[in-house]
Amino acid sequence: MKSNYDILIVGGGPAGALAAKTAAEAGNSVCLIEKRPAIGTPVRCAEGIGKELLREFIKPDPRWISAEIERARLIAPNGTTISLEQDRAGNEVGYVLDRKVFDRELVWQAAEAGADVVVKTRATAPILANGAVRGAKVLSVGTPAEIRADVVIAADGTEAQFARRAGLDTTVPLREMMSCAQYLITDIDIDAGSTDFYLGNEVAPEGYLWVFPKGERTANVGIGISGRKSRDGTRAKDYLDRFVAKNFPDGKTIECIAGGVPVCRPLPCTVGDGLMVVGDAARVVDPLTGGGIGNAMFTGRLAARVASECISAGNCSKEALMPYDAGWRASRMGKFLERNYKVKEYFVTLDDRKLNTLADSIANISLKEFSVSALIKELIKRNPKMLFELKSLKDALS
Amino acid sequence: MLRINRDKCGYCGTCVAVCPEDALELIDAYLSLERECIACGICARACPFGALEVVHEE
Repeated sequence: MKSNYDILIVGGGPAGALAAKTAAEAGNSVCLIEKRPAIGTPVRCAEGIGKELLREFIKPDPRWISAEIERARLIAPNGTTISLEQDRAGNEVGYVLDRKVFDRELVWQAAEAGADVVVKTRATAPILANGAVRGAKVLSVGTPAEIRADVVIAADGTEAQFARRAGLDTTVPLREMMSCAQYLITDIDIDAGSTDFYLGNEVAPEGYLWVFPKGERTANVGIGISGRKSRDGTRAKDYLDRFVAKNFPDGKTIECIAGGVPVCRPLPCTVGDGLMVVGDAARVVDPLTGGGIGNAMFTGRLAARVASECISAGNCSKEALMPYDAGWRASRMGKFLERNYKVKEYFVTLDDRKLNTLADSIANISLKEFSVSALIKELIKRNPKMLFELKSLKDALS
Repeated sequence: MLRINRDKCGYCGTCVAVCPEDALELIDAYLSLERECIACGICARACPFGALEVVHEE
């Protein structure tokens, strides 16, 4: 670790790793710091990602793919199951990763491209000069140090403290923080080719419960509920324990993890003077599915590209870095985030009776193309009595 | 004051992200109260495992 770099990246998840790799390949001196002692662990993720989305960033490799998925199933409160097969579900189904290995692979690639990687090193505060970020004060295995950089890319995940300390408000409102718990359970009977999503206010209020296969008889069984529904006795872990006791009473839990998934809108601005914010820290998680890996890699890569140009041009002001912010907002990802936020805001208002009605109306149809917009159009067509309510959904598409 | 039950804590950082005061910090593998807590209880609500408790002193 040196005391001066072109680009400093705070956080060694997929966003930070793609930023580091891209920036190093462009010829910058790059340092990636990770506060944990090991890249990739502990995992805080259900590990699902769409196939096409993943391929935009890395060639799939069996070393870090736990399961290949053929269908997704949505299970309504009354048990009605909507099965979405791969040929129609497109990017909505895909792989279940082994994040411990996947994250390491990404960081390895960044290191191979020339980035320095330092673990057990935590950014405690930005180095500021006239309001501009000029690097970070760090604690590296307990020793204080300063790392100066032209640009700092904050990829510090759900905590998002670096950007906050540089003056951006990253606080997630309680109702838009999904409080999550997950067990990795083995020796259970599952459909190893299906990711299952259980909906309903008894199962997972304002969220969903998932069973994502990790092998023939192993799965990530997890849940996210809205923070506002979380209280003693009704926490994520309580709902999960109830589901597991009922559905997998003889399973063996080999991992127990927690996590917080922000499903708010993205930060109003993801750049500052000498600062860029990417991935979960920028709040670019898909608010409908909670998926964040692909968006993290996308924003990490884009940020590094823009930072490289700005460093070459000798101007890393907020204004100069703004093409990153404008770029992801104008992208397909940015548009999907905005649409899915509106769709999510509608779905969290539904009680179980309405969820059942909607699920029943589309249970036996065969959509030519499955996508969020195709599904919504079908729901609108088949539920004329709910037309008024569904208007907000319709508006989300336009 | 905020009481952290480290035996229950899952070290996930959910509390850190919802804290309006930036008072909590997930350091390596433990959660720590690093700055002044206003005892608002938002973190205790969000915690998936129920590891946080606001204790009002007499």
